[in-house]
Amino acid sequence: MNDFHYAKASTAKEAADLMNDQPGAVYLAGATTLLDLMKANLAAPPLLIDINTLPFKGIEQTKDGLRIGTMERMSTVGENPLVVQEFPAVSQSLLLAASAQLRNMASIGGNLLQRTRCGYFRDAAFPCNKRQPGSGCPALTGDNHNMAILGTSERCITTSYPGDLAVALLAFDAVLILQNQKGKQRQVPINEFYLLPGDTPHRENVLEAGELIVAVLIPTATHAQHSTYLKVRERTSYAYALASAAVGLDVQNGIIRSARVALGGVGAQPWRSPAAEKVLTGAPANRATFQDAASAALQNAKPRSENAFKIELAQNTLVRALETVANA
Amino acid sequence: MASEWSPGSSSRRTFIKQTTGLAGLTLAPMNQAEPSAPGPTLVQGATELSLRINGRVYSLRAEPRTTLLDALREYLHLTGTKKGCDHGQCGACTVHVDGERITSCLTLAIMQQGKQITTIEGLAKGDQLHPMQEAFLKHDGFQCGYCTPGQIMSAVACIREGHATSDDQCREWMSGNICRCGAYPNILAAIREVASSQ
Repeated sequence: MNDFHYAKASTAKEAADLMNDQPGAVYLAGATTLLDLMKANLAAPPLLIDINTLPFKGIEQTKDGLRIGTMERMSTVGENPLVVQEFPAVSQSLLLAASAQLRNMASIGGNLLQRTRCGYFRDAAFPCNKRQPGSGCPALTGDNHNMAILGTSERCITTSYPGDLAVALLAFDAVLILQNQKGKQRQVPINEFYLLPGDTPHRENVLEAGELIVAVLIPTATHAQHSTYLKVRERTSYAYALASAAVGLDVQNGIIRSARVALGGVGAQPWRSPAAEKVLTGAPANRATFQDAASAALQNAKPRSENAFKIELAQNTLVRALETVANA
Repeated sequence: MASEWSPGSSSRRTFIKQTTGLAGLTLAPMNQAEPSAPGPTLVQGATELSLRINGRVYSLRAEPRTTLLDALREYLHLTGTKKGCDHGQCGACTVHVDGERITSCLTLAIMQQGKQITTIEGLAKGDQLHPMQEAFLKHDGFQCGYCTPGQIMSAVACIREGHATSDDQCREWMSGNICRCGAYPNILAAIREVASSQ
């Protein structure tokens, strides 16, 4: 790790002022991702601004949903009774992520900003268009067994987005509240927050320099109350997803009134599937419908030499998740 | 175990620590050296830090980049906490902060001032082992022993959290602690025995 400076901000303004004074400074919350990257020589910020005492906390019921402060820890949010009751898929996505120790440390704001686990990105000896724009993407001709099959580009085929929470939030139309250095807030739907690699793989989201994610809003809905998160991994626990599905269904008299589908482990970013939702909506809640939806969700997948298995795996994951919710 | 860091103790390990140098380490009673929250003070280079560990306040002089794990091992010579991967993947460095288990390799010592830190050295009461330590001995819950302090710290927290009520639940909630020797069945037996006795 580089020899950085450290400052503890007690207000958002203090944090913003520190950020203004030091180009390249970064915010420090749970520290789990940041220190991991710094130890691997993938980040060397000159100043860490500790924001752990900032008041972006609390899990509150609002008029139309839940408001969760982004300084809350993954473990706290995952086991919160309101989250468990209203958004079971969100709770499960958190408790199936990382380990108990890391969940006690990591803030959900930081969780949403975790970087790719692509082996080429994480080894500073390799070129990488995410780390150094224009340097190349060795994954194009290299090991690709866990690379994304949806949303990639010829500049970056990257390992699928590694997080779980973002997948569940994407399924249930969450909105992020961002606060800039002047204290001004804006709302960004999570489906507009993440950027696909395209020609600019180093830009992963719309967060501006110095901007903080201060809260997550999730709207209450019947399809969110009847939801689940299924995660398939190379081992039973404590691993990133090979494929995952966050799904929610509102079924009445055997007919699906509304459906939500998002996939993890397959997209360059968390992957919502409007095509699958279209197949599901108005259709009978049975296996044939679910299989049609799974085909639709993966129809544009572009596998490489070693990751075609992800198509069938993701389809089966999605079908099983939908069956779990329909039969609950 | 407690005698290892008690002032005035002349145990073998204390002697080794003293002869290898205690530069920078001071022991202070609880009511002194309260950590302060200085607001937006820019900390550059080595500074005085104060950590509350196993019921005592320790002072050390370290850079902001010093992880809690390195502070424990390299500065305070509390070497019960182990460094395995140093990336939060193995759990060997698990300690409790304000009662919750964390991996001490992925947090900075400077961030943990003012918190109650418990390490494996703080579990036993004098010569009386913690029930989880007894259970690991009874069930032979280790081979090489390197992961054991982390396993035990994690296990104590796992039960306190209410996540050791079945074998499957216990396995899931202990998955952040890797045992290269593969002592998992015995570790599980030890945890379940302690859990069922409470």
